[in-house]
Amino acid sequence: MFRIVKKQELNPTVTKMVIEAPLIARKAEPGQFIIFRATEDGERVPLTIADYDREAGTVTIIYQIVGGATMELNRLNEGDCLHDFVGPLGTPSHVEGLKKVAVVGGGVGCAIAYPIAKKLHELGAEVHAIVGFRNRDLVILEDEFKAVSNRMKMMTDDGSYGEKGLVTNALEQLIKEGNQYDEVIAIGPLVMMKFVCKLTKEYDIKTIVSMNPIMIDGTGMCGGCRLTVGGETKFACVDGPDFDGHLVDFDEALHRGSMYREFEQHAREAECELLKKEVR
Amino acid sequence: MPSQDPNVRNKNFDEVALGYTYEMAVNEAKRCLHCVNKPCVGACPVRIDIPAFIEKVAQEDMEGAFEILSASSALPAVCGRVCPQENQCEGKCVRGIKGEPVGIGRLERFVADWHREHSNEKPRVPEQNGHRVAVIGAGPSGLTAAGDLAKMGYKVTVYEALHLPGGVLVYGIPEFRLPKSIVQKEIDNLKELGVDIECNMVIGKVLTIDDLFEMGNEAIFIGSGAGLPRFMGIPGESLNGVYSANEYLTRINLMKAYRPDSKTPIKKSRSVAVVGGGNVAMDAARCAKRLGAENVYIVYRRSMNELPARKEEVEHAEEEGIIFKTLSNPVEVLGDENGMVCGMRCVEMELGEPDESGRRRPVVKEGSEFVLDIDTMIMSIGTSPNPLIRSTTPGLDANKHGCIITKGEDGATSREGVFAGGDAVTGAATVILAMGAGKSAAAAINEYIKNKK
Repeated sequence: MFRIVKKQELNPTVTKMVIEAPLIARKAEPGQFIIFRATEDGERVPLTIADYDREAGTVTIIYQIVGGATMELNRLNEGDCLHDFVGPLGTPSHVEGLKKVAVVGGGVGCAIAYPIAKKLHELGAEVHAIVGFRNRDLVILEDEFKAVSNRMKMMTDDGSYGEKGLVTNALEQLIKEGNQYDEVIAIGPLVMMKFVCKLTKEYDIKTIVSMNPIMIDGTGMCGGCRLTVGGETKFACVDGPDFDGHLVDFDEALHRGSMYREFEQHAREAECELLKKEVR
Repeated sequence: MPSQDPNVRNKNFDEVALGYTYEMAVNEAKRCLHCVNKPCVGACPVRIDIPAFIEKVAQEDMEGAFEILSASSALPAVCGRVCPQENQCEGKCVRGIKGEPVGIGRLERFVADWHREHSNEKPRVPEQNGHRVAVIGAGPSGLTAAGDLAKMGYKVTVYEALHLPGGVLVYGIPEFRLPKSIVQKEIDNLKELGVDIECNMVIGKVLTIDDLFEMGNEAIFIGSGAGLPRFMGIPGESLNGVYSANEYLTRINLMKAYRPDSKTPIKKSRSVAVVGGGNVAMDAARCAKRLGAENVYIVYRRSMNELPARKEEVEHAEEEGIIFKTLSNPVEVLGDENGMVCGMRCVEMELGEPDESGRRRPVVKEGSEFVLDIDTMIMSIGTSPNPLIRSTTPGLDANKHGCIITKGEDGATSREGVFAGGDAVTGAATVILAMGAGKSAAAAINEYIKNKK
């Protein structure tokens, strides 16, 4: 079964879990994801693989507690088992042959950006990491990013840590300093990725984004995760989740992401109630 | 056969057809004429000895009847319910020439249900022959192949991508047509035969075909189905409220989204258009009705006569209040400012000359545009095989539709030791044809391994 080897709170809303899953650890590559079901009646939810250890046979996931399913997951502790854990799914990120890359991570998206930065670093590329958070309390993976990047910019919306401003401000500054990137890799909230793409389009720098649409099976059988990329319909679970950011229809993706907002709110409230009862 | 009242059943997910009573079954069995040439057997894809099992029912030897059934079929409770018998066994029944054919499917179902409810006997675990075979996909073809191979003494492991085995039997066909407890029971029977079923295993990703050979399997059966949905490519298909039938049915059947306490959401719709005319379209439409939609339309480009769905399913849908908008085809999905579906622009069609499939080709009627007031659209225009396995298996040939190419009837592929069957080979077809393919592939795998020695 998929035993939780380690659970660590990275900040008040973001948790890291190391899961025993030897088969997945053996094949996983940066950019791929897993689907989990915490309990027998749980929902299937995708999470990008944050790290893996082929020898130890473990896969690391980092999740933000945002709703019913992640709350349910977060109630499990070290030694407990996840009911289902499937992967590695999706197409790995293309990192070969890149010489100089800006990796831009926003919030919990940094958990997905990190393994890619690490892989690029291992392959000998010059990595500039730009990581952004709302405030100091939400910062994750700072040391990890430092260890794999040649330059790093820490940004917070309110200036409580690092520099004040958005990741796009930092990226533009680096570009203006004369840094010529083969590619920008941006991972974070849809709005952030959209604005990174808007910026890099002006400078004509190829930009890869990791999309996070609603998924069910994650194997290409339902099309729930479909996106419009360059005018074509793509399934993020098999064709992605990485896509050329300049071709993605972000506004459509934003609409599709909000489809079950009302239901999700109820699920979250129900889970909160359950938690309150247990505390009592 | 008794069934739930249409106006009651279109609000619940309980089984529609209630099945024969004991007396009804025995009486029906007595209608069989025991023809010498048994046309019904020839029309059954797994060649069940139909007159023999029916005779046992007439003699009230239900266990004897079950034994005859299970010699040919691994899933009789399923097939008795979902086979299109009118085109198979019952379609060839001599009693059907003048009057009603014998209710073969219903009798099969009765016997399988009777056995499930009355017998506690565990199946005899066959003697192991020391050889290993891997089966990819726990749908009807994979489960049948696994059952047959286990009975021949092979150690069989079935790899399933989803978290539950059953394939289309669990994610596709709804509870009201095929209760999931029955599927589970038939799968439990296979496990008792010694078949291992490993879920959450996406072959092509976590393990490849080559990995499976390295693990000591001497042959592999691919029964991965045809689960990749098609969309029409018309404007507006990315709007919120447009589902593939696969997504809609997976949410409902596999994830139980129809239950109030389900953690997987589904849209509560007011007015739904299901595009397509097959069994999947009927299932999606009847589910939408049960979730409380006031208007549910089947939008189909040909006429009632060409609907590919089973006649019984069409009748059930009509009784439950599904509205058939035939000779209509969508050209655009309309959305509101929030990206939600708010209508569907359609054109009327008329039937022209027959095409290569022999069906009359629908042609657009000039100036016939109209808008259907809907808030949900479900695409049910077919599926094709998933590319995950063929794209990760060197030397495995597929045709331009993505279907795996097999030689002859035994399911052998272009890769030595790799066999395939069911929808992965034929494209979307029926449960029983997939079972038939699993059955012949199991026999071929046995021959292959015996001759290899």
